Amino acid sequence: MGERVLMKGNEAIAEAAIAAGCRHFFGYPITPQTEVAAYMSKRMPKVDGVYLQAESEVASINMVLGAGAAGVRVMTSTSSPGVSLMAEGISYIAGSDVPALIINVQRGGPGLGGIQPSQADYFQATKSTGHGDFHMLVFAPSTVQEMVDFVSIAFDLGDKYRMPAMILSDGMLGQMMEPVELPEARNPDNDSKDWAACGHKGKREHNVINSLYIQPQTLEDLVRARYEKYEKIKEEEQRAEEYLTEDAEIIVVAYGASSRVSRSAVDKARKEGIKVGLIRPITLWPFPEKTIAKYVDSAKKFLTVEMSMGQMVDDVRLAVNGKKPVEFYGRTGGMIPAPNEVYNKIVEMKGGVQ
Amino acid sequence: MAVKGEKPRALTDVPFHYCPGCTHGIVHRLVAEVIDELGIEGKTVGIASVGCSVFTYNYFNCDMVQAPHGRAPAVATGVKRARPDNVVFTYQGDGDLAAIGAGETVHAAARGENIVVIFINNAIYGMTGGQMAPTTLPGQVTQTTPYGRDTKTAGNPIRVCELLSSLDGVALAQRVTVDNVKNVKNAKKAIKKAFEYQMEGLGYSIVEVVSTCPTNWGLSPKDALQWLRDNMLPYYPLGVYKDVKEAKE
Repeated sequence: MGERVLMKGNEAIAEAAIAAGCRHFFGYPITPQTEVAAYMSKRMPKVDGVYLQAESEVASINMVLGAGAAGVRVMTSTSSPGVSLMAEGISYIAGSDVPALIINVQRGGPGLGGIQPSQADYFQATKSTGHGDFHMLVFAPSTVQEMVDFVSIAFDLGDKYRMPAMILSDGMLGQMMEPVELPEARNPDNDSKDWAACGHKGKREHNVINSLYIQPQTLEDLVRARYEKYEKIKEEEQRAEEYLTEDAEIIVVAYGASSRVSRSAVDKARKEGIKVGLIRPITLWPFPEKTIAKYVDSAKKFLTVEMSMGQMVDDVRLAVNGKKPVEFYGRTGGMIPAPNEVYNKIVEMKGGVQ
Repeated sequence: MAVKGEKPRALTDVPFHYCPGCTHGIVHRLVAEVIDELGIEGKTVGIASVGCSVFTYNYFNCDMVQAPHGRAPAVATGVKRARPDNVVFTYQGDGDLAAIGAGETVHAAARGENIVVIFINNAIYGMTGGQMAPTTLPGQVTQTTPYGRDTKTAGNPIRVCELLSSLDGVALAQRVTVDNVKNVKNAKKAIKKAFEYQMEGLGYSIVEVVSTCPTNWGLSPKDALQWLRDNMLPYYPLGVYKDVKEAKE
């Protein structure tokens, strides 16, 4: 492993992608992800890679579709309004079974919203990124080191399952600096995808990368096959961190930036003798319902903390399945909850337990 | 039995779904013949666009990618940047290229993206049943201009080759048609030149083929060709609008 270096989240993601063998980046400027693109524009030419600033997010995601269809490791990076523009392309990427990595450094919405950190794109990332029946892998880092680690995992799993993957970051994680250890660099692998559209060289039938199926039965069969794959992914790829959950009466569920705040609140409440723990979803799709289900009997209450008006809380309620109360605390619009706000909510809930 | 003519190798055996008198079939064949003559089928990647020609991915024997509506130049950019040794072409209609994909078209051309664009201009949306296209002529009746295109409210048609020829990234911009044998031969020469320019790394080439849509024009195949000569060609004059090689000479 390499040495520890101090890096900004956005730059760490970019360097990690290069270390993972990605040599193709297409993007469009938007705050607060700008450093990813800026870093790529500096680094890609040094590693014989491609950095291209597209004319829009619509164009950049379609360039990603083209490069992914041609069989190379490819990524883009944007912030919330940009993902809305990419929704069409992501649907085509999923419908064509093309792997690709999309970084969303979330900011407040809706509309132009604001440029401060937010987690209000959870629904968009996990349920409704574009039209049609599909999912993408969604990873939620909570440290700069995890930004680095998850880029590599997201690329590999995207290739393994032939589907788009997203790193759901936010403006806080993107902008902050932490020491990170970068993995050993891997060489690009451009020749192992036998399904890719990169010229048949007279050695095979022509490959077609396509999402159009005019016969409804054919389309249903294909979508069903994709959903069988999704079931396998739900079985094998759920990831979550459990913190002080074994004896917890109250379990806080939070991801990304809000999980850092929640952890501080949990530590403070523990000092006060309140039995509280934290489940931190690492994969948002597949949602780590198995981890939550483990504690449905032992915990008395659940609390979901998000930087939104409450989106992941729906998935927590589905996992808890009505067996225990699930409460919510959130800030939105670019506001970050202070640890004390979450602590006070925990104390309030503890009062209800007695 | 003597063989007098054969289907180009770059076409599959799948029968075309096009209407009688539609010129897509001729243009498909010309593209395939050029791919055969240049011996590039094995390294060519075609981009199918949304519209009547979306099923080109079934008709061409080379690798194919189907793009979202209007996004073929962006998808082609991705393929070409990932695989510079591949020969990449898009096949787009007027709605795809000049309406929803106008942004992608202008910027791919401005970048000098080293691709070939085959542009079918028949002044109408074919697949959706004959609505006004960005190239629909003033006064032309379509499903969505039932009283004829009124340029005061529905705007003016776009002359794509003229528009793109002002961009430095464009290597070739040529308008052709396929209404008679002479013009078919000219069209093939233009398509071949476009592919050759890409192989020489000269940049973005567009061959606009003024085409027919007998079904949505409400004309017989023969009358549609005459309508093309009488109405389309005066508004969309044939010719070379930009050729980097001729400009240098």
